Amino acid sequence: MNKFFKPLLVHIDSFLMGCLFFTLMVGLFVLYSASGQDFSRIYDQTVNIVLAFFVMWLAANIAPHQLERIAMPLYVLGVVLLVAVELVGSTSHGAQRWLNLGITKIQPSEIMRIAMPMMLAWYFTKLEVRPSAKHFAQAGLLLLVPVALVMKQPDLGTALLITAAGFYVLFLAGLSWKLLVGGTLSLAIAAPFLWTLLHDYQRRRIEILFDPSQDPLGSGYHTIQAMIAIGSGGFAGKGWLNGTQAQLDFIPERTTDFIFAVFSEEFGLLGNILLLSLFSLIILRGLVIASEAKSTFGRLLAGSIALTFFTYAFVNMGMVSGILPVVGVPLPLISYGGTSMVMLCLGLGILMSIATHKNVVAT
Amino acid sequence: MLREVKNPQHEQYYFRLRLGFMAFFVMSLFALLALRFIYLQITQYTHYQTLAENNRISMVPIVPNRGLILDKNGVVLAHNFFVYTLEITPSKAGNLKTTIAELGQLLEISKADIKRFAKLKSESRNFESIPIRTHLNEIEAARFAVNHYRFPGVAIKSRLYRHYPLGKFGAHMIGYIGRINSKDLVALEKSGDLSNYKGSYHIGKSGVEQFYETQLHGQTGFEQVETDADGHAVRVIARSAPVPGTNLVLSVDSKLQEIAETAFGNRRGALVAINPKTGAVLSYVSQPGFDPNLFVDGIDVDNWKWLNESLDKPLVNRPIRGIYPPGSTFKPFVAMAGLENAKRLPPYRISDPGYYSLANSRHRYRDWKPDGHGMVDMQKAITVSCDTFFYGLALDLGIIRLTDFVRHFGFGAKSGIDIRGENAGLLPTPEWKMRRFKQPWYQGETVIVGIGQGYTLVTPMQLAQATATLANNGVAMRPHTVVAMQSPATGRTVNVAPVVQDRIALKAENIAIVKQGMMDVTLPGGTAASVGANAGYSIAAKTGTAQVIGIKQNAKYDSNSINERHRDHALFIAYAPADNPTIALAVIVENGGHGGSAAGPIARKVMDYYLLGKSPNEPAAQSAKAKLVQPAGHNESAHDE
Repeated sequence: MNKFFKPLLVHIDSFLMGCLFFTLMVGLFVLYSASGQDFSRIYDQTVNIVLAFFVMWLAANIAPHQLERIAMPLYVLGVVLLVAVELVGSTSHGAQRWLNLGITKIQPSEIMRIAMPMMLAWYFTKLEVRPSAKHFAQAGLLLLVPVALVMKQPDLGTALLITAAGFYVLFLAGLSWKLLVGGTLSLAIAAPFLWTLLHDYQRRRIEILFDPSQDPLGSGYHTIQAMIAIGSGGFAGKGWLNGTQAQLDFIPERTTDFIFAVFSEEFGLLGNILLLSLFSLIILRGLVIASEAKSTFGRLLAGSIALTFFTYAFVNMGMVSGILPVVGVPLPLISYGGTSMVMLCLGLGILMSIATHKNVVAT
Repeated sequence: MLREVKNPQHEQYYFRLRLGFMAFFVMSLFALLALRFIYLQITQYTHYQTLAENNRISMVPIVPNRGLILDKNGVVLAHNFFVYTLEITPSKAGNLKTTIAELGQLLEISKADIKRFAKLKSESRNFESIPIRTHLNEIEAARFAVNHYRFPGVAIKSRLYRHYPLGKFGAHMIGYIGRINSKDLVALEKSGDLSNYKGSYHIGKSGVEQFYETQLHGQTGFEQVETDADGHAVRVIARSAPVPGTNLVLSVDSKLQEIAETAFGNRRGALVAINPKTGAVLSYVSQPGFDPNLFVDGIDVDNWKWLNESLDKPLVNRPIRGIYPPGSTFKPFVAMAGLENAKRLPPYRISDPGYYSLANSRHRYRDWKPDGHGMVDMQKAITVSCDTFFYGLALDLGIIRLTDFVRHFGFGAKSGIDIRGENAGLLPTPEWKMRRFKQPWYQGETVIVGIGQGYTLVTPMQLAQATATLANNGVAMRPHTVVAMQSPATGRTVNVAPVVQDRIALKAENIAIVKQGMMDVTLPGGTAASVGANAGYSIAAKTGTAQVIGIKQNAKYDSNSINERHRDHALFIAYAPADNPTIALAVIVENGGHGGSAAGPIARKVMDYYLLGKSPNEPAAQSAKAKLVQPAGHNESAHDE
């Protein structure tokens, strides 16, 4: 038995796996409650998890230097598909995101989430010299083109995550503080000019994004109900399946983007701290893997993946608890949905690959 | 150089430094979240607990009063009134089927009501209140009030409904509102106005109601209320007042509108009158009309079927969507094109044999007067509507020079009036014909454009606008229906400033020739002498007749032998007083026969009222009957082509 399983599991990082498994269990419990005790949702989500685990296992078994080789082609493919979406993509809910390939529909922006950090990590690995401002400008361009395409769909949430993933690589590759501060400043100065270029309705949308109370009948309603759910959860929560806000349908999107409100109402502050801790462990483990990685590519990619995971979690919990604008970002490992589950586990699989292949690379 | 080469040790050191920074960054932001949770769940716990306990907050939109539409004298053209509606909030009502069945025992609820409710329910969220019955009378409202306790989640509300007091008068201009449909929703979502329409059930669908939707609608307010388990409001937590919609003052006079529409009798057609100095629309008629009140709460099947399938096409907005050959009303503009291109300048004259032929062709382009008009110069050509003169002029100008020039008067383009759905009409060119029919342009086609026939198509709006531009010596004002906007919130009135659309450079002496020609039209010897008789003011005009079916060579047009719907369209353009015009108009009577006799009297009535305040003295019904027989009766003078 052992002899059979051991080679299969050699590339699985047990610490990450443990945290992942525990978080997923919590997630299924919350989903059961949030879906109104709907077992079919649990079944569907379990299928998603099994698929995601398989993808993770595959990724963990691919050595980083092999990933390095497909980084560029994957990126190019992603950009081509994004352009294709722009030209012939299908529209749903007013946004053009899907590409119909006949047999299946794909969402190319999802590919970009992983292709972007890989591409940039590859770019900095290939440099023979210490990256200069010029190189960062080139890398910035590689980042901006797909982001602009995704923004145009428009898919603000995904654009944000892709930007974050790319930015983390730039930062970890040594983007100088001067450039960083300078860039932020020039953006702040340019903002009013960009603002005047927008249409009235576009401005209004952005205003509402940052201040939902301006639109109390629209997105403001979501935030208000979610905050009531969280606040009324109190220290220990109302108990599993007992959240009134959640069960009485006052929380919008309660199995997907706003599932944290359900969790928070039923498990209270204690639950929140537990969830923050689980996320912290996963992120910190990712950062440790990055710091121990031997190759530049592995380092940058691992760091970006861990920090992107953090961005997911922070943006989602921040928006549900009313300190960040509402953009469509799911809660990692908890929200219902196959795509985000698979993409997250793919990332974790790559982390595992970087963690367990370092000896192979060294020799 | 050395500095720039990678140093693995250094690189890893800096990388770890940055990683450490990010770890600190991550933990700080998570700590921030933790603080936020402590604030919400510990500090504010009692507050939120109460909100959740008292069964939660609901957002109640407060729909703003839709702006009124008034005529220039303040007569109400569109206003709002309250009606009682019985509404259900699905999330609070329990079993909807039994609720509706039990309500049906109490009040009359028709199948159509239930159907509409189901449709509205599928389009709303289940915590929104949806009407099941509208227009409850006092007795019904009282009967429900007594039984209210039996129906959780059901409530009587009063909602604003739109009413058009004048009914069919001006319906195509004022337009109407109707229920917001899925297409409207998509448009609202796209423009980011969706949440401003929470609680609104209606939206402008046509005319001024549609064009000025943003101004008329106003800003939706809301009440953030705490409700108990039954959905009754317990306490208002926050409130933001709605901003009522803007009142619109139109430039039309409802009395004039009534006179103009009544003057049409049972005939189909259109009339547009404009103040040439400002572009303000004085009257806007599309006949037959319809009652816009039918549309407000969803039109019933029978009326819809009738309006849609009637051969008279009452729903077509003829002034901007009806396209007609301009016939001889096109001649003054062809004349301007000629004079401005230095063709046919005085003292140029022709001797009119009653027909025109191209070189090397036997085909005769006939004048409407078989024997011809004798010696004709430009001014007389307009007055007597000499076809022969304009056939030759058109050919001499050439189709490109001709269309390029008259385009300045607004032909072939939308007029820019504040009503949606305008048709641009058609000014044919060789290039257009090649695109459309893959055929070359023939000279003969140029010839007939000279008298407003052939492919040329205009809307009554364009014709009126061109006449106004000519009356205003080439200064084109943008036509508009709304002249002022009143904000009920501030009480301030803002006047809509006239906009100059174009200034056509025209020589004063050329304008004088065309204008004199048009003034003579309503004098003895002109084609519309009867229209100008005893007016008390001078009228410059041009009659026109547009063929509906082609007449063969050597055949004679006989309106008696032709099916009514195949008779010629009667056209008439005019402006008055001729020396200082304050009104310019275009009238089209479909299948009316001759312009001077069928369309002219309508124009005269409008001008009489506008300039002299004179109402037609005979009762409306009688006049309609009199008009009906007229086209056939005036047979001998029919046809000026």
